[in-house]
Amino acid sequence: MAKSNFNIDRAKTHILMKEKSVANLLPSEDGLYLNEDGHWDFDKWREQFQIKIVKRNSLEMEFDLIGIQAAIVNAFRRILLSDVPSMAFEKVLIYNNTSIIQDEVLAHRLGLIPLKADARQFEYRQPDDENGTDVDTLKYKLKVKCSWNKNASPSAPLSEQQVNTNVYSSQIKWLPMGSQSNVYKPDDVNPIHHDILIAKMVPGQEMDIELHAIKGIGRDHAKFSPVATAFYRLLPEITLLRDVEDDLAYKLQKCFSPGVIGLQKTKSGNVKAYVSDARYDTCSRNVFRHEDLKDAVQLERVKHHFIFTIESVGALPPDVLFIEAVRTLKNDCLDLLQKMKNMKKSGKKKKNN
Amino acid sequence: MGEVRDRKLGEPVKSLEEKWKLVPAFLKTKGLVKQHIDSYNYFINVEIKSIVEANDKVLSDADPIFCLRYLNIKVGKPDVEEGFNMSKNVTPHECRLRDLTYSAPITVDIEYTRGNQKVIRNDLLIGRMPIMLRSSNCVLTGRSFSELAKMNECPHDPGGYFVVKGQEKVILIQEQMSRNRIIVEEDSKGNIQCQVTSSTQEKKSRTNVVVKNGKFYLRHNTLTDDIPVGIVFKAMGIVAEQEIFQMVGVEQTVVEKFLASVEECHRLNIFTPNQALSYIGSKTKQKKFGGGEKKTPVDEARDLLATTVLAHVPVEKFNFKVKVTYLALMIRRTIQAQINGKIIDDRDYYGNKRLELAGSLLSLMFEDLFKRFNWELKIIADKNIPKVKAAQFDIVKHMRQDLITNGLVNAISTGNWTIKRFKMERQGVTQVLSRLSYISALGMMTRVNSQFEKTRKVSGPRSLQPSQWGMMCPSDTPEGEACGLVKNLALMTHITTEVKEPAIAQLAYNAGVEDIALLGGEEISSPDTYLVFLNGNILGVIREYKRLLWVIRTMRRRGLINGFISIYPNHIHRCIYISSDGGRLCRPYIIVENGRPLVTQKHINQLIKGVRSFEDFLCEGLIEYLDVNEENDSYIAVSESNIEEKYTTHLEIEPFTLLGVCAGLVPYPHRNQSPRNTYQCAMGKQAMGTIGYNQRNRIDTLMYNIVYPQIPMVKTRTIELINFDKLPAGQNATIAVMSYSGYDIEDALILNKASIDRGYGRCLVYRNAKCTLKRYANRSFDRILGPLMDAATGKIIFKHDILDKDGICSPGEKVENRQVLVNKSMPSLTQNPVNNMESQPEYIEVPVQYKGPVPSYIERVMISSDSENSNLIKILLRQTRRPEIGDKFSSRHGQKGVTGLIVEQEDMPFNDSGICPDMIMNPHGFPSRMTVGKLLELLAGKAGVLDGKFHYGTAFGGSRVEEVCDELIKHGYNYQGKDYFYSGTTGESYLAYIYSGPVYYQKLKHMVQDKMHARSRGPRAVLTRQPTEGRSREGGLRLGEMERDCLIGYGASMLLLERLMISSDIFNIDVCNQCGLLAYSGWCHSCQSSAAVSSIEIPYACKLLFQELQSMNIVPRLTLKNYCD
Repeated sequence: MAKSNFNIDRAKTHILMKEKSVANLLPSEDGLYLNEDGHWDFDKWREQFQIKIVKRNSLEMEFDLIGIQAAIVNAFRRILLSDVPSMAFEKVLIYNNTSIIQDEVLAHRLGLIPLKADARQFEYRQPDDENGTDVDTLKYKLKVKCSWNKNASPSAPLSEQQVNTNVYSSQIKWLPMGSQSNVYKPDDVNPIHHDILIAKMVPGQEMDIELHAIKGIGRDHAKFSPVATAFYRLLPEITLLRDVEDDLAYKLQKCFSPGVIGLQKTKSGNVKAYVSDARYDTCSRNVFRHEDLKDAVQLERVKHHFIFTIESVGALPPDVLFIEAVRTLKNDCLDLLQKMKNMKKSGKKKKNN
Repeated sequence: MGEVRDRKLGEPVKSLEEKWKLVPAFLKTKGLVKQHIDSYNYFINVEIKSIVEANDKVLSDADPIFCLRYLNIKVGKPDVEEGFNMSKNVTPHECRLRDLTYSAPITVDIEYTRGNQKVIRNDLLIGRMPIMLRSSNCVLTGRSFSELAKMNECPHDPGGYFVVKGQEKVILIQEQMSRNRIIVEEDSKGNIQCQVTSSTQEKKSRTNVVVKNGKFYLRHNTLTDDIPVGIVFKAMGIVAEQEIFQMVGVEQTVVEKFLASVEECHRLNIFTPNQALSYIGSKTKQKKFGGGEKKTPVDEARDLLATTVLAHVPVEKFNFKVKVTYLALMIRRTIQAQINGKIIDDRDYYGNKRLELAGSLLSLMFEDLFKRFNWELKIIADKNIPKVKAAQFDIVKHMRQDLITNGLVNAISTGNWTIKRFKMERQGVTQVLSRLSYISALGMMTRVNSQFEKTRKVSGPRSLQPSQWGMMCPSDTPEGEACGLVKNLALMTHITTEVKEPAIAQLAYNAGVEDIALLGGEEISSPDTYLVFLNGNILGVIREYKRLLWVIRTMRRRGLINGFISIYPNHIHRCIYISSDGGRLCRPYIIVENGRPLVTQKHINQLIKGVRSFEDFLCEGLIEYLDVNEENDSYIAVSESNIEEKYTTHLEIEPFTLLGVCAGLVPYPHRNQSPRNTYQCAMGKQAMGTIGYNQRNRIDTLMYNIVYPQIPMVKTRTIELINFDKLPAGQNATIAVMSYSGYDIEDALILNKASIDRGYGRCLVYRNAKCTLKRYANRSFDRILGPLMDAATGKIIFKHDILDKDGICSPGEKVENRQVLVNKSMPSLTQNPVNNMESQPEYIEVPVQYKGPVPSYIERVMISSDSENSNLIKILLRQTRRPEIGDKFSSRHGQKGVTGLIVEQEDMPFNDSGICPDMIMNPHGFPSRMTVGKLLELLAGKAGVLDGKFHYGTAFGGSRVEEVCDELIKHGYNYQGKDYFYSGTTGESYLAYIYSGPVYYQKLKHMVQDKMHARSRGPRAVLTRQPTEGRSREGGLRLGEMERDCLIGYGASMLLLERLMISSDIFNIDVCNQCGLLAYSGWCHSCQSSAAVSSIEIPYACKLLFQELQSMNIVPRLTLKNYCD
């Protein structure tokens, strides 16, 4: 029986997933991409750093960041969640609302509707600005009245006899301000989804609402977050420590996600398990439930291989969002450097004085 | 029968699939608060008639011809009088909104004499009866969902309460000792005594047989002294000693014990009934009111023995036979108890308890009022008949309705139940129905109040009695002083109403019971007979008691006699007890015969198909009701596998029904430490959520709603049965069990800010403001003025900013502190008539103001009129609150905690699939609390979320861990529910797997916003000039005695001076150093000089003390000294 090959050297690059705990022996920064004198070497890092895009469409993207520290990847995740701006309804002016949904709740519901508008083309609105301008505000209105449908036959189901019982996000109409009508088409700024149910009404109820969408960031309110979620996970790695054959092999296959463990015929006619692709294993560790398989596998995570997933809300494609996140981080860093420089200067000045 | 024979010996009984479906079937026919409604229905349809029958004549002393006789009484349908003798039907919701009483007219048919004529009048109104919701006379009964919706009523509302003056009132179930039963007990000195509390329609009395110096005495509260029992026997006509001994018992042991008591008669020289009666007559208490003609002591004693002592035993024509037998039995029991301690009865045994419900309490009250009503009519008749008048005396003109109406309404609205003829005075019988959540309302309907004093430190009545099994919820009781005294009914408990006795007695005689009146004394103590009791009265004796048991039980199962009649033997007493009285607890059981439950899978399938109802099960004798006494005589199997062929008589329908409504919400309660379930029962009532489908139509003083309530992922059968899934109170939060940041110590919770942004824990708080516009006797009336303009700017002043032109605030507006809601003013003179009509009456402004540091929005304004026809304005105010630090949350396992920190989503940990928890809970909450149910709820919830279905955590059942784990594995999750998490702040993975998944969390009503309080300067109390107390009065925070002690101990004298005087009630006074009295403005009025006056600072309370002492002729004198001297 092969013994576990997890030792201090392997701990530099791998995290061991034991049955009941995780062994992450060394902090992820340790001993990576150093030059001869023990300092971190940018060139060395750049040489081996890779980004592999695995899956990409307008809403979701999965890509690998290989050879990078967790702190940096996490920074991108954090920025995506709460620092990349997007547009959302912030001011809801209710002229009339006789539906049973309370004004505040209605405003809250409206606020959470994602908009197609590209926040990069807008400025932040000043906090004391009541009306906004065409560079920082998008105006919409929602004017719906529920009534009886006179044309419907009396025998028709109730839903057909009434008009506008359901208020959907598609009924929010954009009101261009200033020169906005030249720049955008309604589809560029309207709600992304047309079938979000906002409220239900009965005949006689109505709502007359004006909405202002502004640019904001996720830290202020979750509705401004441009992603549904952004997260990463470490690449799983599964090693079989001994041969697993026949019944045990089938059993082993079942312990992992489909496609993780492959089976092949050996020359002796037995079925032997091998690791075909550990990438999409959910790392459920359910192998450890079986005494007879417990010692046959070693579950690990590759420390510097991040599988990053971005689920965009829909205003911007996820790849653009990631670039935005990188840009935000870069600008923040430059900003910090600038500030430090200024501090040095002012410190010198102080000394001189 | 063939089926039974097919079965091989010892083959296990197959369990019935979906047997629990019987529970919803039971609840469908009876409803959740069937006890209240049944009891009330019995009262207004049956009992009220017998009350009137018992008091059906009003005669006058002034005129022997005069007679008023009630022929019939009826309670009508609820309506409301709208003036001008108009009345219209009314719905309960209208009553709630308009502060009316939901009541129906009580009408009588009478026959009376007017002059020499005999007149019959029908449908005469004598008062109004508050109507219980969903009772037989309520407009809501038997209505469909849509009809109820039209009446603004929630279809899931259980009813069973009253609407009195717009308030929903519940008459709580009262627990009492059962009446007319012999109870042998040991008093504090170790003496055995035998007690019977007799109660009939007219009288209530308590009779004791006590032992003193080895002799037996009769003790009764109408007698000044204890009477030797021998004398009582003689007074009742049993003169011969032999006969006395025969009745009590002729066994050697009994005779020995009883001998001394019989001897007592001889010592007192009492041998004849007359001697005995005059002896008793001399010991009777003197009546305070000398009503009626004087009786001789002998007559009085005979009357007393016949009617008051052991009042429930009937004595006809002074034939004491039955009563003597009863007394003899009491003595016999006492003697037996002296010999064998096991015979002593347990007062806390639940078979000895009866529950008093709305119906019986109301009938007591109504009878009292009806008697007073008749008495008043008699007084009027006595006064008016002798007077010669133009019009003939017509008693109908003097019938006042308000006596009965007000009596009932006041009793229900205050909860004071005062019934003079029973010297009963009880407070807190009714309570306002708590509408915090649906569960709190339901929980209140099943609450049982005990009559014991709460302050007494006795453990007996508080502890859980084994006989409460299945009748009372073992978990649902409050903590603290009322612990164990306030109980809750279990899910399937039914409370009986009275069944008439004569038919049952006849049946018993036919079944072989020999009438006691026909037997000699010895038969009652004969070793081979059993005594038969019916509701505490001796019916007779029987030799073959088993036959009697069989007859009555079979008749009951066949549906030939009422299903709630119970019969059980007591072999120690050698008695058979038959009960048909009201207030007994009972619950349904499946009958088992020959080791086979009579209910088979076939029946259950029919039930599921809907071709069979619960009633059918009862009618066909497959299921029967057992009361506590009979239940304890039965051999009941909890599940099919427990059935023992020889013994088992019954099978439990479903074990989870032994829990009540509140405890039924807890998933996997059988895995929790028991006090945790008790805590949850208390907390479930504070959870915010939905209170009913009509919640948006209500204008309550306080209502909490949650914005997005959810059905729990882990349900229980009870949840579905009580419709909690349709009116939920809580949300499924994804929790991670881990420590985070240190802000989670002491059960504090960490919340995810993004979750809150998206609507988690958001709640609505509704409050109301109310005002009435009255008309006064002097024809002046309250008025509302429009908003006031500022003369300079022409704008409406801030206080009136939200007012409409009519002076009432408009819906949708935001109200800030001190803004006016209704600009009302009232006339300064309301008493005396306004003399000169020209001058305008003066008005004082009495605006309805909004108070509160946080603004509200106006949801709705209602303008209507109340019962006095004055205008009623109700304003509904609304606040929307998102969770903040300090808000209280709790899971369903008695695990409460406050929000310790709200964390940005990016800082929250996340797992491999990118899930961020909504909430982080510290694992230290588990080891000491042992709430394994919560762990299971999380696991089952997680599996349910992944599989898209609800799991069940029903008590003693529910989804098993193996199934749940398999489901988790199926979806690629760890079978233990633990996931690989990454820190949101560092981005590194955690070194432990984190237990995470959805758990149902309740938001409790305690929110920081309602409690936050601080003060720098502010109002002071008028008398002492010290800062006021309490948050509502913007009071100061008290530096109390113990805090003061600390400062004294520390020696911080200047701080003390500042806290206790300077910051409190510092006051400058002048003191004359010559006389030591207070001076004024530098001048001593007692010395008439200013020579020695100096000014000092003292607390105002001190000055007040001096002056108060002076007013009591005590002179406090101050002596001032220079500090440096």
